[in-house]
Amino acid sequence: MEHHRRLDDELNVLRDRVLLLGGEAEAALRRAMHALTERDSQAARDVLAGDDRIDQLEVEIDRLCIDVIALRQPAARDLRFVVAVAKVTPILERVADHACNIARVAIDLNDEPQLKPYFDLPRMAEVASSMLRASLDAFTGGDAAEARRTIVRDDEIDVMYERLFRELIDLMVNDPAATPRAARLLFVAKHLERVADYVTDICELTVYMTEAAFIKHSY
Amino acid sequence: MTTAQITVRAPHVEGDKERPARREDARAKISVRGLNFFYGRAQALFQIALDVPERIVMAFIGPSGCGKSTFLRTLNRMNDTIPGARAEGRVLIDGEDLYAPGVDVVELRRKVGMVFQKSNPFPKSIFDNVAYGLRINRLTGSKGELNDRVEQALRDAALWNEVKDRLKSSALGLSGGQQQRLCIARALAVRPEVVLMDEPASALDPIATQKIEELIVELKRQYTIVIVTHNMQQAARVSDQTAFFWLGKLVEVNETEKMFTNPDEKLTEDYITGRFG
Repeated sequence: MEHHRRLDDELNVLRDRVLLLGGEAEAALRRAMHALTERDSQAARDVLAGDDRIDQLEVEIDRLCIDVIALRQPAARDLRFVVAVAKVTPILERVADHACNIARVAIDLNDEPQLKPYFDLPRMAEVASSMLRASLDAFTGGDAAEARRTIVRDDEIDVMYERLFRELIDLMVNDPAATPRAARLLFVAKHLERVADYVTDICELTVYMTEAAFIKHSY
Repeated sequence: MTTAQITVRAPHVEGDKERPARREDARAKISVRGLNFFYGRAQALFQIALDVPERIVMAFIGPSGCGKSTFLRTLNRMNDTIPGARAEGRVLIDGEDLYAPGVDVVELRRKVGMVFQKSNPFPKSIFDNVAYGLRINRLTGSKGELNDRVEQALRDAALWNEVKDRLKSSALGLSGGQQQRLCIARALAVRPEVVLMDEPASALDPIATQKIEELIVELKRQYTIVIVTHNMQQAARVSDQTAFFWLGKLVEVNETEKMFTNPDEKLTEDYITGRFG
């Protein structure tokens, strides 16, 4: 009984840490987009400064996962949870890296005249953030149905990305002087599109964790 | 998981509504149907139904007193010697009922060998221990053949290289791990088809345990092996299929990989994740 109490305690710590990491990644993304759309370079610098903490959290979770596997030898649902956490953690760290990349773009663009409008970027960021939050809720709550619903939303992001891509290319063709700034916005759109892909990965891991079903590459 | 008799299970993917392949294409070496077992009035096993395919390792797991050792011992009628013990139902090996009238129990136990938790070498030489079953069953025609069978059994038990220069020495001078492998060699010498192992490594250190486990995996090329173990990691390491017993009932039998990642029964999951009771 002592063994499983300690295992439960450690799994709860892992769950808390993933929630914390997910919250940090989500906040970094939101803050980076705020920095871009509100031309708030200090917010962008905050995002960059906060990335070390996210990296440390990733390493801490990695260590906890290895300790649990080595010392507790989890099986069945416990094993699937630990494996899923070990795979979700670097995904969240990469989401935060994309937030940093957006923050760097914001710092660059905020020093130049604003390119109006930002088209659908704020809307795309809103959807990506909302998907990320839903995926983290599904993961920590073990809600496979919510995970499946969230995966489908990736199509919205893909549509927005395609439209933004065409609009920004048009802008570059029609206003060559705007090309450097438009290209940077295109990078932002690509970062958001990648975040939505990572959300899909988190959702697929949630389904694996709760149902032991591999749905990767089936959507 | 790659021997010819075994169907490798595809990963469970979305849309795969059916249970994974259960090696039903492999021939059942042992078939048990409706087995009840009693110690006097106390019923120890309830309606056990189970197939053990040929040339695999099947592990029996479950808490103490769940009936897994009792069940193991029904597979070569080792319980017959217990006063008041009684079996109902059918236990078939190669389609023949072990409990049918007229079954030659000595021949049965040659065909279905057994290795116990505690190694039990006879106070004789290493050679004589392995030769014992061959001699009493008169299974060899000449001294040369006897020597060959002893050597082969010791090789099969991965012990030959360690003892070949001291075959006349007392078996009691061997280490615990070597004694257990000697007992396995003794069981193999009479060329059984099934080997039953009742916690064969529970009294051994990790290195000796590893040797026994490697040996078990090697032996399934030739034999059908059923092992009772309290060590779930051991069951996961050595077995192809695992059966979980609880209160004399067979709760679940499944591919070991599935059993330890996604068992069908909640009771199994609670047991293997340590949340039992």
